[in-house]
Amino acid sequence: MIWVAIITASVGCYLLKLAGLSPPQTLLDRPDVQRVAALLPVALLAALVAVGTFADDGRLTIDARVAGVAAAVVALLLRAPFLVVIVVAAATTAILRAVT
Amino acid sequence: MGWPEERASIRRDALGIAAYAGAFGVSLGAIAVASGLTVIQTCLLSLAMFSGASQVAFIGVIGAGGSALAAIPATLLLGIRNTFYGIRLVQVLGVRGRRVAVAAQFVLDETAAMVIARDDEREQRYAFWFTGVLLFVVWNVGTMAGALGGSAIGDTAAFGLDAVVPAAFLALIWPRLDDATSRLVAIGGALVAITLVPLLPPGIPVLAAAPVAVVAGLWRREPRSAT
Repeated sequence: MIWVAIITASVGCYLLKLAGLSPPQTLLDRPDVQRVAALLPVALLAALVAVGTFADDGRLTIDARVAGVAAAVVALLLRAPFLVVIVVAAATTAILRAVT
Repeated sequence: MGWPEERASIRRDALGIAAYAGAFGVSLGAIAVASGLTVIQTCLLSLAMFSGASQVAFIGVIGAGGSALAAIPATLLLGIRNTFYGIRLVQVLGVRGRRVAVAAQFVLDETAAMVIARDDEREQRYAFWFTGVLLFVVWNVGTMAGALGGSAIGDTAAFGLDAVVPAAFLALIWPRLDDATSRLVAIGGALVAITLVPLLPPGIPVLAAAPVAVVAGLWRREPRSAT
Protein backbone atom coordinates (compact mmCIF):
# COMPACT_ATOMS: atom_id res chain seq x y z
CA MET A 1 0.00 0.00 0.00
CA ILE A 2 2.87 2.35 0.81
CA TRP A 3 4.34 1.83 -2.65
CA VAL A 4 0.98 2.61 -4.27
CA ALA A 5 0.86 5.83 -2.24
CA ILE A 6 4.45 6.81 -3.11
CA ILE A 7 3.97 6.23 -6.82
CA THR A 8 0.50 7.80 -7.04
CA ALA A 9 1.50 10.88 -5.04
CA SER A 10 4.75 11.31 -6.99
CA VAL A 11 3.06 11.00 -10.38
CA GLY A 12 0.36 13.39 -9.17
CA CYS A 13 2.95 15.95 -8.02
CA TYR A 14 4.71 15.69 -11.38
CA LEU A 15 1.47 16.15 -13.31
CA LEU A 16 0.66 19.24 -11.22
CA LYS A 17 4.05 20.70 -12.19
CA LEU A 18 3.54 19.73 -15.84
CA ALA A 19 0.04 21.23 -15.92
CA GLY A 20 1.42 24.64 -14.98
CA LEU A 21 3.86 24.51 -17.89
CA SER A 22 1.23 23.33 -20.37
CA PRO A 23 -1.57 25.89 -20.65
CA PRO A 24 -2.83 26.61 -24.19
CA GLN A 25 -0.98 29.46 -25.90
CA THR A 26 -4.24 31.39 -26.44
CA LEU A 27 -4.62 31.55 -22.68
CA LEU A 28 -1.04 32.73 -22.16
CA ASP A 29 -1.47 35.48 -24.75
CA ARG A 30 -4.22 37.13 -22.75
CA PRO A 31 -2.92 40.21 -20.87
CA ASP A 32 -5.04 39.49 -17.79
CA VAL A 33 -3.62 35.95 -17.58
CA GLN A 34 -0.10 37.38 -17.90
CA ARG A 35 -0.75 39.84 -15.09
CA VAL A 36 -2.13 37.13 -12.81
CA ALA A 37 0.75 34.78 -13.71
CA ALA A 38 3.31 37.46 -12.86
CA LEU A 39 1.67 38.10 -9.48
CA LEU A 40 1.11 34.45 -8.45
CA PRO A 41 4.73 33.70 -7.41
CA VAL A 42 4.87 37.02 -5.53
CA ALA A 43 1.75 36.14 -3.52
CA LEU A 44 2.77 32.53 -2.85
CA LEU A 45 6.39 33.28 -1.95
CA ALA A 46 5.37 36.21 0.27
CA ALA A 47 2.98 33.81 2.01
CA LEU A 48 5.86 31.34 2.44
CA VAL A 49 7.99 34.11 3.95
CA ALA A 50 5.23 35.00 6.42
CA VAL A 51 4.51 31.39 7.38
CA GLY A 52 8.23 30.58 7.64
CA THR A 53 8.70 33.55 9.96
CA PHE A 54 5.68 33.26 12.25
CA ALA A 55 4.16 29.77 12.03
CA ASP A 56 5.18 26.91 14.26
CA ASP A 57 3.20 23.69 14.08
CA GLY A 58 -0.12 25.35 13.27
CA ARG A 59 0.32 28.19 15.73
CA LEU A 60 1.61 31.74 15.36
CA THR A 61 4.67 32.51 17.45
CA ILE A 62 7.28 35.20 17.80
CA ASP A 63 10.67 33.61 18.27
CA ALA A 64 14.28 34.05 17.15
CA ARG A 65 13.27 33.55 13.50
CA VAL A 66 11.49 36.92 13.53
CA ALA A 67 14.75 38.61 14.55
CA GLY A 68 16.59 36.72 11.81
CA VAL A 69 14.15 37.82 9.12
CA ALA A 70 14.14 41.39 10.49
CA ALA A 71 17.93 41.40 10.21
CA ALA A 72 17.57 40.14 6.64
CA VAL A 73 15.27 43.09 5.86
CA VAL A 74 17.92 45.49 7.19
CA ALA A 75 20.54 43.76 5.03
CA LEU A 76 18.25 44.05 1.99
CA LEU A 77 17.66 47.75 2.65
CA LEU A 78 21.45 48.16 2.73
CA ARG A 79 21.54 46.38 -0.67
CA ALA A 80 23.50 43.43 0.64
CA PRO A 81 23.98 40.53 -1.78
CA PHE A 82 21.82 37.41 -1.45
CA LEU A 83 24.41 35.28 0.36
CA VAL A 84 25.05 38.02 2.92
CA VAL A 85 21.29 38.34 3.54
CA ILE A 86 20.79 34.66 4.30
CA VAL A 87 23.95 34.40 6.43
CA VAL A 88 22.84 37.47 8.43
CA ALA A 89 19.43 35.82 9.00
CA ALA A 90 20.95 32.52 10.12
CA ALA A 91 23.59 34.14 12.34
CA THR A 92 21.10 36.49 14.03
CA THR A 93 18.70 33.65 14.81
CA ALA A 94 21.43 31.26 15.96
CA ILE A 95 23.12 33.84 18.19
CA LEU A 96 19.81 34.89 19.72
CA ARG A 97 18.99 31.24 20.50
CA ALA A 98 22.44 30.70 22.00
CA VAL A 99 22.17 33.64 24.41
CA THR A 100 18.54 33.20 25.45
CA MET B 1 27.41 43.43 -15.23
CA GLY B 2 28.34 41.33 -18.24
CA TRP B 3 26.96 37.86 -18.87
CA PRO B 4 29.90 35.91 -17.30
CA GLU B 5 29.59 37.95 -14.08
CA GLU B 6 25.79 37.61 -14.13
CA ARG B 7 26.11 33.86 -14.58
CA ALA B 8 28.62 33.60 -11.74
CA SER B 9 26.26 35.59 -9.52
CA ILE B 10 23.38 33.21 -10.32
CA ARG B 11 25.59 30.21 -9.52
CA ARG B 12 26.64 31.76 -6.20
CA ASP B 13 23.04 32.40 -5.16
CA ALA B 14 22.00 28.89 -6.22
CA LEU B 15 24.86 27.38 -4.20
CA GLY B 16 23.66 29.34 -1.16
CA ILE B 17 20.19 27.85 -1.55
CA ALA B 18 21.63 24.40 -2.16
CA ALA B 19 23.65 24.62 1.06
CA TYR B 20 20.63 25.01 3.32
CA ALA B 21 18.36 22.85 1.16
CA GLY B 22 20.92 20.06 1.49
CA ALA B 23 20.82 20.39 5.27
CA PHE B 24 17.02 20.16 5.20
CA GLY B 25 17.28 17.15 2.90
CA VAL B 26 19.50 15.32 5.41
CA SER B 27 17.08 16.16 8.19
CA LEU B 28 14.05 15.05 6.16
CA GLY B 29 15.74 11.79 5.14
CA ALA B 30 16.35 10.95 8.79
CA ILE B 31 12.76 11.85 9.72
CA ALA B 32 11.40 9.74 6.84
CA VAL B 33 13.17 6.63 8.08
CA ALA B 34 12.15 7.37 11.67
CA SER B 35 8.55 7.66 10.39
CA GLY B 36 8.63 4.13 9.02
CA LEU B 37 9.75 4.51 5.40
CA THR B 38 12.60 2.37 4.12
CA VAL B 39 15.77 3.95 2.72
CA ILE B 40 14.71 2.99 -0.81
CA GLN B 41 11.25 4.51 -0.34
CA THR B 42 12.79 7.70 1.07
CA CYS B 43 15.16 8.01 -1.89
CA LEU B 44 12.46 7.27 -4.45
CA LEU B 45 10.28 9.94 -2.88
CA SER B 46 13.04 12.53 -3.34
CA LEU B 47 13.77 11.43 -6.90
CA ALA B 48 10.21 11.13 -8.13
CA MET B 49 8.30 13.65 -6.04
CA PHE B 50 11.17 16.15 -5.69
CA SER B 51 9.18 18.76 -3.83
CA GLY B 52 10.16 19.49 -0.25
CA ALA B 53 6.76 20.65 0.99
CA SER B 54 4.94 17.67 -0.56
CA GLN B 55 7.48 15.23 0.85
CA VAL B 56 7.14 16.75 4.32
CA ALA B 57 3.36 16.35 4.04
CA PHE B 58 3.63 12.74 2.85
CA ILE B 59 6.09 11.75 5.57
CA GLY B 60 4.03 13.65 8.15
CA VAL B 61 0.91 11.58 7.45
CA ILE B 62 2.87 8.30 7.50
CA GLY B 63 4.73 9.32 10.66
CA ALA B 64 1.46 10.23 12.41
CA GLY B 65 0.24 6.68 11.76
CA GLY B 66 -2.21 7.68 9.04
CA SER B 67 -2.98 5.28 6.21
CA ALA B 68 -0.64 5.47 3.24
CA LEU B 69 -3.53 6.35 0.95
CA ALA B 70 -4.49 9.28 3.20
CA ALA B 71 -1.06 10.74 2.44
CA ILE B 72 -1.94 11.16 -1.24
CA PRO B 73 -4.43 14.06 -1.05
CA ALA B 74 -2.32 15.86 1.57
CA THR B 75 0.70 15.60 -0.69
CA LEU B 76 -1.09 16.73 -3.84
CA LEU B 77 -2.59 19.73 -2.05
CA LEU B 78 0.94 20.96 -1.35
CA GLY B 79 1.89 20.35 -4.97
CA ILE B 80 -0.74 22.70 -6.36
CA ARG B 81 1.40 25.75 -5.82
CA ASN B 82 3.90 24.36 -8.33
CA THR B 83 1.12 24.53 -10.95
CA PHE B 84 0.77 28.25 -10.23
CA TYR B 85 4.54 28.77 -10.53
CA GLY B 86 4.47 26.95 -13.85
CA ILE B 87 2.05 29.41 -15.41
CA ARG B 88 4.63 32.13 -14.72
CA LEU B 89 7.69 30.08 -15.60
CA VAL B 90 6.42 28.87 -18.99
CA GLN B 91 6.47 32.46 -20.19
CA VAL B 92 10.22 32.82 -19.71
CA LEU B 93 11.53 29.29 -20.22
CA GLY B 94 10.71 29.01 -23.91
CA VAL B 95 10.58 25.20 -23.70
CA ARG B 96 8.62 22.93 -26.01
CA GLY B 97 7.92 19.24 -26.48
CA ARG B 98 10.12 16.89 -24.53
CA ARG B 99 11.97 19.67 -22.73
CA VAL B 100 8.70 20.72 -21.07
CA ALA B 101 8.52 17.24 -19.55
CA VAL B 102 12.07 17.65 -18.17
CA ALA B 103 11.59 21.24 -17.02
CA ALA B 104 8.42 20.26 -15.12
CA GLN B 105 10.36 18.22 -12.56
CA PHE B 106 12.38 21.34 -11.64
CA VAL B 107 9.35 23.57 -10.94
CA LEU B 108 9.78 24.42 -7.24
CA ASP B 109 9.49 27.28 -4.77
CA GLU B 110 13.23 27.86 -5.16
CA THR B 111 13.42 27.87 -8.95
CA ALA B 112 10.35 30.12 -9.19
CA ALA B 113 11.93 32.52 -6.71
CA MET B 114 15.28 32.54 -8.54
CA VAL B 115 13.47 33.34 -11.80
CA ILE B 116 11.28 36.15 -10.51
CA ALA B 117 14.31 37.72 -8.81
CA ARG B 118 15.64 38.51 -12.30
CA ASP B 119 14.47 40.58 -15.28
CA ASP B 120 16.53 39.38 -18.21
CA GLU B 121 15.17 36.28 -19.97
CA ARG B 122 18.59 34.71 -20.49
CA GLU B 123 19.39 35.11 -16.79
CA GLN B 124 15.97 33.75 -15.84
CA ARG B 125 16.43 30.62 -17.94
CA TYR B 126 19.93 30.03 -16.64
CA ALA B 127 18.74 30.58 -13.05
CA PHE B 128 15.92 28.06 -13.54
CA TRP B 129 18.04 25.27 -14.99
CA PHE B 130 21.12 25.78 -12.82
CA THR B 131 19.13 26.02 -9.58
CA GLY B 132 16.82 23.16 -10.56
CA VAL B 133 19.53 20.67 -11.49
CA LEU B 134 21.80 21.65 -8.57
CA LEU B 135 18.95 21.30 -6.06
CA PHE B 136 17.93 17.97 -7.58
CA VAL B 137 21.43 16.59 -6.98
CA VAL B 138 21.90 18.10 -3.53
CA TRP B 139 18.39 17.22 -2.34
CA ASN B 140 18.69 13.59 -3.39
CA VAL B 141 22.18 13.15 -1.96
CA GLY B 142 21.03 14.89 1.24
CA THR B 143 17.91 12.79 1.81
CA MET B 144 19.85 9.60 1.07
CA ALA B 145 22.58 10.59 3.55
CA GLY B 146 19.92 11.38 6.16
CA ALA B 147 18.09 8.12 5.50
CA LEU B 148 21.28 6.07 5.79
CA GLY B 149 22.45 8.07 8.82
CA GLY B 150 19.42 6.77 10.68
CA SER B 151 18.56 8.79 13.77
CA ALA B 152 17.91 12.48 13.17
CA ILE B 153 21.23 14.14 12.41
CA GLY B 154 21.50 17.64 13.74
CA ASP B 155 18.70 20.09 14.23
CA THR B 156 18.17 22.58 11.42
CA ALA B 157 16.99 25.11 14.00
CA ALA B 158 20.34 25.01 15.79
CA PHE B 159 22.15 27.03 13.13
CA GLY B 160 19.25 29.35 12.47
CA LEU B 161 18.51 27.52 9.22
CA ASP B 162 14.78 27.78 9.86
CA ALA B 163 15.15 31.57 9.53
CA VAL B 164 17.13 31.21 6.31
CA VAL B 165 14.17 29.87 4.34
CA PRO B 166 11.91 32.93 4.79
CA ALA B 167 14.94 35.26 4.52
CA ALA B 168 16.00 33.69 1.21
CA PHE B 169 12.54 33.88 -0.36
CA LEU B 170 12.18 37.46 0.86
CA ALA B 171 15.53 38.38 -0.71
CA LEU B 172 14.47 36.82 -4.01
CA ILE B 173 11.07 38.55 -4.24
CA TRP B 174 12.59 41.83 -3.02
CA PRO B 175 13.41 43.18 -6.53
CA ARG B 176 9.75 42.63 -7.54
CA LEU B 177 8.44 44.77 -4.68
CA ASP B 178 9.36 47.97 -6.49
CA ASP B 179 5.86 48.46 -7.93
CA ALA B 180 2.76 49.16 -5.89
CA THR B 181 0.63 46.26 -7.17
CA SER B 182 3.28 43.63 -6.39
CA ARG B 183 3.85 45.14 -2.97
CA LEU B 184 0.13 45.01 -2.20
CA VAL B 185 -0.11 41.43 -3.46
CA ALA B 186 2.89 40.39 -1.33
CA ILE B 187 1.46 42.02 1.80
CA GLY B 188 -2.02 40.66 1.05
CA GLY B 189 -0.71 37.14 0.43
CA ALA B 190 1.35 37.23 3.62
CA LEU B 191 -1.62 38.46 5.70
CA VAL B 192 -4.03 35.86 4.28
CA ALA B 193 -1.56 33.07 5.02
CA ILE B 194 -0.80 34.28 8.55
CA THR B 195 -4.50 34.63 9.35
CA LEU B 196 -5.22 31.08 8.22
CA VAL B 197 -2.25 29.36 9.91
CA PRO B 198 -4.13 28.62 13.17
CA LEU B 199 -7.27 27.52 11.29
CA LEU B 200 -6.14 25.26 8.47
CA PRO B 201 -3.69 22.37 7.98
CA PRO B 202 -0.11 23.22 6.90
CA GLY B 203 0.29 24.22 3.26
CA ILE B 204 -3.24 25.47 2.71
CA PRO B 205 -2.59 28.95 4.18
CA VAL B 206 0.16 29.49 1.58
CA LEU B 207 -2.09 28.24 -1.21
CA ALA B 208 -4.82 30.60 -0.03
CA ALA B 209 -2.57 33.51 -1.02
CA ALA B 210 -3.05 32.64 -4.71
CA PRO B 211 -6.53 34.25 -4.99
CA VAL B 212 -4.94 37.54 -3.88
CA ALA B 213 -2.80 37.47 -7.04
CA VAL B 214 -5.79 36.51 -9.19
CA VAL B 215 -7.96 39.33 -7.86
CA ALA B 216 -5.16 41.90 -8.16
CA GLY B 217 -4.26 40.75 -11.67
CA LEU B 218 -7.83 40.95 -12.95
CA TRP B 219 -8.57 44.18 -11.14
CA ARG B 220 -5.96 46.25 -12.94
CA ARG B 221 -7.56 46.70 -16.32
CA GLU B 222 -5.34 49.53 -17.58
CA PRO B 223 -2.63 48.69 -20.16
CA ARG B 224 0.47 46.93 -18.88
CA SER B 225 3.03 49.35 -17.56
CA ALA B 226 6.75 49.04 -18.17
CA THR B 227 7.35 47.00 -15.03
